[in-house]
Amino acid sequence: MATTAPPEGFQGHAEDHAHHDHDHDHKPAFFARWFMSTNHKDIGTLYLIFAIFAGLIGGAFSGMMRLELAEPGIQYLDTFTRLFGATNPDFNATLNTWNVLITAHGLIMVFFMVMPAIIGGFGNWFVPLMIGAPDMAFPRMNNISFWLTVAGFCSLMTSAFVPGGYGLGSGVGWTVYAPLSTYGSAGPSTDFAIFSLHLAGAGSIMGAINFITTIFNMRAPGMTMHKMPLFVWSVLVTAFLLLLALPVLAAAITMLITDRNFGTTFFDPSGGGDPVLYQHLFWFFGHPEVYIMILPGFGIISQIISTFSKKPVFGYLGMAYAMVAIGVVGFIVWAHHMYTTGMSVDTKMYFTAATMVIAVPTGIKIFSWIATMWGGSIEFKSPMVWAIGFIFLFTVGGVTGVYLASGGIDDVVHDTYFVVAHFHYVLSMGAVTALFAGFYYWFPKMSGRMHSEFLAHVHFWIFFIGVNTIFFPQHFLGLQGMPRRYPDYAEAYAYWNEISSIGYAIMAVSIGVWFINIIYAYTMGKKAEGNYWGEGATTLEWTLSSPPPFHQYETLPVIDDKAHAH
Amino acid sequence: MNFARHAGALSKAIKALGLSLALVAVPAALEAAAPAAPAVEAAPAPVAPAAAPAPAASTAANDNAAAADTAAAAAPAAPVERMKPTEGKGMPVDGRLGLQDQYSPIGHYGHWMHNGLVWAMGIISLFVLGLLLWVMIRYNSRANPVPSRTSHNTVIEVLWTLIPVLILVGIAVPSIDLLAKQFKPAPDNALTVKITGNQWFWTYGYPDNGEFEVVSYMLNIPGTPEINPGKRMVGSDPSDGPSHLEVDNRLVLPVGEPIRLQITAADVIHSFAVPSLWFKLDAVPGRINEKVLRIDKPGVYYGQCSELCGPKHGYMPIAIEALPRDQFNAWVLKQAGGKIDGVKEAPAAVPAAAAPSAGATPAAAPAAAASAAPAAPAPAAPAE
Ligand code: HEM
Ligand SMILES: [Cu+2]
Ligand SMILES: [Cu+2]
Repeated sequence: MATTAPPEGFQGHAEDHAHHDHDHDHKPAFFARWFMSTNHKDIGTLYLIFAIFAGLIGGAFSGMMRLELAEPGIQYLDTFTRLFGATNPDFNATLNTWNVLITAHGLIMVFFMVMPAIIGGFGNWFVPLMIGAPDMAFPRMNNISFWLTVAGFCSLMTSAFVPGGYGLGSGVGWTVYAPLSTYGSAGPSTDFAIFSLHLAGAGSIMGAINFITTIFNMRAPGMTMHKMPLFVWSVLVTAFLLLLALPVLAAAITMLITDRNFGTTFFDPSGGGDPVLYQHLFWFFGHPEVYIMILPGFGIISQIISTFSKKPVFGYLGMAYAMVAIGVVGFIVWAHHMYTTGMSVDTKMYFTAATMVIAVPTGIKIFSWIATMWGGSIEFKSPMVWAIGFIFLFTVGGVTGVYLASGGIDDVVHDTYFVVAHFHYVLSMGAVTALFAGFYYWFPKMSGRMHSEFLAHVHFWIFFIGVNTIFFPQHFLGLQGMPRRYPDYAEAYAYWNEISSIGYAIMAVSIGVWFINIIYAYTMGKKAEGNYWGEGATTLEWTLSSPPPFHQYETLPVIDDKAHAH
Repeated sequence: MNFARHAGALSKAIKALGLSLALVAVPAALEAAAPAAPAVEAAPAPVAPAAAPAPAASTAANDNAAAADTAAAAAPAAPVERMKPTEGKGMPVDGRLGLQDQYSPIGHYGHWMHNGLVWAMGIISLFVLGLLLWVMIRYNSRANPVPSRTSHNTVIEVLWTLIPVLILVGIAVPSIDLLAKQFKPAPDNALTVKITGNQWFWTYGYPDNGEFEVVSYMLNIPGTPEINPGKRMVGSDPSDGPSHLEVDNRLVLPVGEPIRLQITAADVIHSFAVPSLWFKLDAVPGRINEKVLRIDKPGVYYGQCSELCGPKHGYMPIAIEALPRDQFNAWVLKQAGGKIDGVKEAPAAVPAAAAPSAGATPAAAPAAAASAAPAAPAPAAPAE
C-alpha cells in the first residue's frame, strides 16, 4: 500500500485549473481577504506569518537569556528590566524579569509559534489539499480560531508590561504552577498570562473540531482513511489530542483564576486545596501537548522522506497506527513530570513503565523512515536534508526521554538543564527542524516562487551546528546539577554555559540566512511549477498549480483504487 | 564491577564527542573562553582569604559560631569547627561531562544505572546515525538510480517492535528496582530532620534533638547586589565553599545512618535537591514529603532549590555538613536547646573515633558517645 496515491491514480485535474486565471478566483479585497478570511489557504498563511512573528519575539527572549547566562553573575537583567518599562527596579524586580523571560519564551514558543505554525499553518494549508477538499469544513470557525490565537498573544504580551507582584510581568514559568501562580504572584500580570491560554486554547479547540470534521467528512471520492497521506493522519491524531487535553488545561487555569480572584482554594492548602492537584491537571494536558507539537512534524517528515526517496512510505499502516498509539498512551503517562512531588513508590513505578511504552511506537516511526529511504533513490534536496537532520536530532531527544522516564534516575536530573536539553532536542530541534523541512518543501507551493536551494542548505548546516552547540552541553550542565530557571550560577557551570551561548549566536545567523532566502525567493526566485519536486511527489497538492487556485477542486479529484500497487 | 569500567571508557568517549562538538564552535569559542576565564576567577577572589575574620564575620557570628564559643568554654574539647569543603566533592566541577560523584548508597546504584543508560543512549543514537549514513551513501540517486517499491516486510516490522520492547524491559527492571530501594522507609528509630522551604531560605528543624531550628541563607556574592541583607560575603571565612552554593548555617547531619527527612514549604513550592547524594524531593505547602537519606562519608555537600519559587529562586542553595555521629552529637549539644536522647549534656564523654580526612577536627573531639544516640546504630566507620 502506498501512503500517497501514485500519480497515475488521479484523474488529473491540473489542467482543469490551468484556465482558472486569477480573475476568476473572486478574491475579496485586501481587508476582507486578510481580516475576514474564510479561505483555508489564506488562514494558513496568516497563521504562518503570525508564527514567524511570535517566534522572532520568543527567539529574542531566548537570546536575552543566553546573553545573561553567558557568564556567571547578573549582567544584563537590569537593562532588560528597564527595557520592559520599569524605572529604578529593585533587585527582586530585576530577578523577576528573568522569570518573565522564561515564562514568555516557553509560552510563546509552545502556544504561539510551534502550534500555530505546524497545525494552523501547514495543517490549514495542506490537509484540505491532500484529501481533495475545497476548504475546511467550517471556514468561519477557522477564522475565529486564528484571531483568538492573536488575541491570546496580545494578552500574553500585555502581561509582560503590567505589575506582577515583584515587578512588571509574570514570572511563573510556562507550567504556571500553583501556588506561585496564585497567592505567590499578586498583580494583574499573571491573570493576563492565564487568560492568554484561555484564548489560545479556545482557538485550538475550534481548530481541532474543524480538522476532525474536515478529515472525516470531506475526503475526495476514493480517499479512504487508509489512503490518506500520513500528514493528514498526523493532524487527525493531533486534533483528537487537542480536543481531549485542552479542556483539562482550561479547567485547571480557570481554577487558578478563581483561586486568584474569587477566594476559592482549589490549590491552596490553607483552605483544604492541594498544589499538587494543579500539577496533575496541568500535565494531563501537558504531556499530550508535547506530542501535539511533534506529531504533525512526524507527518511532514513522512511526506518528505517518501518524496525524495521516490518510494512509498515503508509500513504505512504501522506508521499511522504508531501515531494513534502514541496519542493514546500519551494520555496515561503525565506524572513522569512529577516524580519529585512525593508520589508513592507504586505510582512512580507505574509511570516509569508506562512512559517507556511510548518509546516503542516512536522507535517504529524512526525505523520506518529509515526503511523508506532503504532501497530508495535519494535526492538531497533541502527538505530532505532537514528531514534527515530531524531523524537524528529527534532520536537523541528521544533516548534522553527514556533516560528521564526512569523515576529513580529522574530524581537527580529533574528540573536541571538535562531536562532543558531533552525538550529542546525534541522541540527546538525536533519540531522546529520539521517546521523548516516543511517550509522548504511547501514554500514554493504556497508562494509560487522557488527559494534558493543553496541558501536552504547553508541554513540547515549553520542551524544544525548552532542548536547542537547550544543544547548538547546543557546535558552536561544538568548532570552536574545545574537547576533550570536560574539567571545566575556557580563558577563550576561557566564553561558549558559559555559554549551554549556561543551556539545561540551561530543559530541566530542561520535564521538570518533563512530570511535572506525568503527575500531571494520573492525578488529573484524562479516561478514554481505545479510539481517542482518531480516523480517522488505524489500527493494531491502536487496536481495543482503553485500557488494553487484560490478555490481548488471545483471538480473533486477521484482516487482510483486500481492504480495502487499492492 | 566490569560494567562500571566500561562505563568509564564510554564517558571518556563522550568527553571526546563533547570536545569535538565544542571544537565545532570554532576556535572563536576557545578564544572567547580564554579571556573570560581569568575574569571569572577574579570575581569571587576571596576564595582563600588568610583566615579573614572580615567585618562581616561579626554578623556571621551566627548560632554556630556562638554556640561553638560557649561550648569551648564548657567542654575542653576542640570546638566544632565549620568543615572546609573538599574541592570537587559534593559540588559541581567545571567542564565535567557526567554526574557529580556520589556519596550515598542509592547514589552508587543510581550512578551505575546512569552509566548503563548512557551506554544504551549512545549505542542507539549511533546506530540510528550509522543507518542514516549508510542509506545516504548506498541509496542516493547516483548510487541507486531506480528506487525499489518495497513498502512491507512483516519480519522486520515485528523485529523492530520486539527488540525495542526487550531493550526497554531491560531498562525498566533496574529502574523499578532503583525506585524500590529509594523508598525503603526509615527505621523507627532513625533521626528525623524537618526541612522547610521558604522564599528564599531553608529552615532545618531537629525534633528529636530538642526541637531547635537552624535558619539557612545563601551568603552574599561579591559583585552582585546584596541578596540577603546583613549576611556576610562568601569567602570571608576560610571554610566557605563556592559562591552561589555556600550558606551561613549549614544543615548538619550524621553520616552512615539512615536519616528521615521530612520536607515541606511555608509559602510556595520549593524543591530540596542535593545532586551528590542522589536526593531531590519537592517542598510543597500543606504536605509533608518524607524520604530517607544516608550519607557515606563526612563532607560538605551542596545543592540548590529546584522548583521555581519566585525572583530569588536561584539564591537559596543547600549545604549539608555531614559529620561522624559523635561530632554530630557534639554539634547538637552546642545548639541552643540541643539535646541528645532527651538529655542536654551527653551522659559520658567518650573519645570518638578519629575523624576521617576532612580535617574538621584536627584532634579527635571527645563528644557524646555514639551509644548515647538513640537513633545511631553506632556506625563506627562509614561503610565504604
Ligand atoms: C533555538 C533557540 C532556543 C534557545 C536558545 C532556547 C533557550 C532556552 C532557555 C535558556 C530556556 C530557559 C531555561 C531555564 O529555565 O533556565 C528555555 C526554556 C524553554 N524553552 Fe527554549 N530555547 C530555544 C527554542 C525553543 C523552542 C523552539 C521551543 C518550543 C518548541 C522552546 C521551548 C522552551 C520551553 C517550553 C522552555 C521552558 C520554559 C520554562 O521552563 O519556563 N525553546 N529555552
Ligand atoms: Cu511528558
Ligand atoms: Cu525555592
